[in-house]
Amino acid sequence: MYVAVKGGERAIENAHRLLANARRGDQSVPEVSLDQISEQLGLAVDRVMSEGSLYDRELAALAIKQARGDLIEAIFLVRAFRATLPRFGASEPVDTGAMRVQRRVSSTFKDIPGGQILGPTFDYTHRLLDPALAEGFVPEVPAMGEASTAPTPRVTDILGRDGLIESSPQAEDGASVGDLTREPLNFPADRDLRLQNLARGDEGFLLAMGYSTQRGYGRNHPFAGEIRFGEVEVEFAAEDVGFAVPLGSIELTECQMVNQFKGSATEAPCFTRGYGLAFGQSERKTMSMALVDRALRARELGEEALAPAQDEEFVMSHSDNVQATGFVEHLKLPHYVDFQSELGLLRKLRKEFAEANTPNAMKEAAE
Amino acid sequence: MAVLAHAEAGEIAARLRAIPLPGHQDLREPENGLVMLRGRVGGDGAPFNLGEATMSRAAVRLASGEVGFGYTLGRDGEKARLIALCDALVQSQDFGATVERDVIAPLREQLMIRRKQAAEETAATKVDFYTMVRGEG
Repeated sequence: MYVAVKGGERAIENAHRLLANARRGDQSVPEVSLDQISEQLGLAVDRVMSEGSLYDRELAALAIKQARGDLIEAIFLVRAFRATLPRFGASEPVDTGAMRVQRRVSSTFKDIPGGQILGPTFDYTHRLLDPALAEGFVPEVPAMGEASTAPTPRVTDILGRDGLIESSPQAEDGASVGDLTREPLNFPADRDLRLQNLARGDEGFLLAMGYSTQRGYGRNHPFAGEIRFGEVEVEFAAEDVGFAVPLGSIELTECQMVNQFKGSATEAPCFTRGYGLAFGQSERKTMSMALVDRALRARELGEEALAPAQDEEFVMSHSDNVQATGFVEHLKLPHYVDFQSELGLLRKLRKEFAEANTPNAMKEAAE
Repeated sequence: MAVLAHAEAGEIAARLRAIPLPGHQDLREPENGLVMLRGRVGGDGAPFNLGEATMSRAAVRLASGEVGFGYTLGRDGEKARLIALCDALVQSQDFGATVERDVIAPLREQLMIRRKQAAEETAATKVDFYTMVRGEG
């Protein structure tokens, strides 16, 4: 029997009014602006853009404000927004080799062409809370150095020249690029779909998965070959113009993980690799992504796939925090009818149990 | 046109105001949409879909017939329209040189100054390794 339950409308409306007030907080405290969020909580904005899978700083800042700083809620809002706009097409693949680098480090080579550039990083800070930041802090102006026009080639390109590392798989002629926002996911999934899934996957989930490979659950002996963060140009092949037009630039972080080498009777041994790419400055995310990307290549590389991080169905089915939170959080919605039926069944079973366990003598006496 | 995509709508509009513009009309009203941004496996391999970005597009036709297209990241439709207008103007015999000189060139210079400053700030964080000789320090 289906019973329509009504009566929550006023409570819901009032709850949302209360939420709007709780979001605003003490009104004697100035309201936070989208610019303030975008400029001063920039890494939260980057995360919401990455996992919301939509590059738009202002929208991500609005989502963070609306979600009261709950980043998964903000990511949910951004995902919902993207469904309201038509897609004009796909960009030309961005060239991370031509990135205007703001940070670029390698843990494999000290002297890389273009140098080790620390950029704005938490690395080497002492992780001590700084009371100076509590109020009215004005930072020193940044130091200036002599900008070099020398190229900053990817470390993997340098290793690749000597054949010491496997080359990146190239697209087959006429192959289309998989898109999990358009077609349902099927397994086994190709690397393009896996990378799309990981790029929008939850940072915490990927961090835990990547960490598990380091602790021995699918070990792949990683080195951070290179991590780079900076600006890349975006071009769009506009049909009405007939050539690729510039759209502007975006900030990206890229991680090239260099992993344990592999050879065979026919191929000389060389390092293998895992790849991470995400919007904004998202170093932990891209490093984790690269570890998991490499782990998911286990079968392709003829490794035993026994660990969770090597199981693509497990990883790809659980990486999306919007899907995950939807399914976990739906448990708090009314399940009154489901529960009533469970309760009815349980009462019946308990009655049967009680009857079966009543001693015969008592039964006879009762009769 | 890359310069215009990097500028703000207000900056382009301010530069254009200084030019007596010919008659023009919207061929396509500014509209907002999405572009799927692509990366490459390993940075140089097969393409994959990284995630989307908001973008805007517009098309403008001058009274003299030149058609310009404007595309930009973001949701500022007016910026797409201004880029389309500039794109049409640079194709025109009468306005091409003026727009290049009074709109695009100064915006390019501003962009270069911003980039140079950012590059110099970044360069100051480059590590200069030196090797300590045993017994020193």
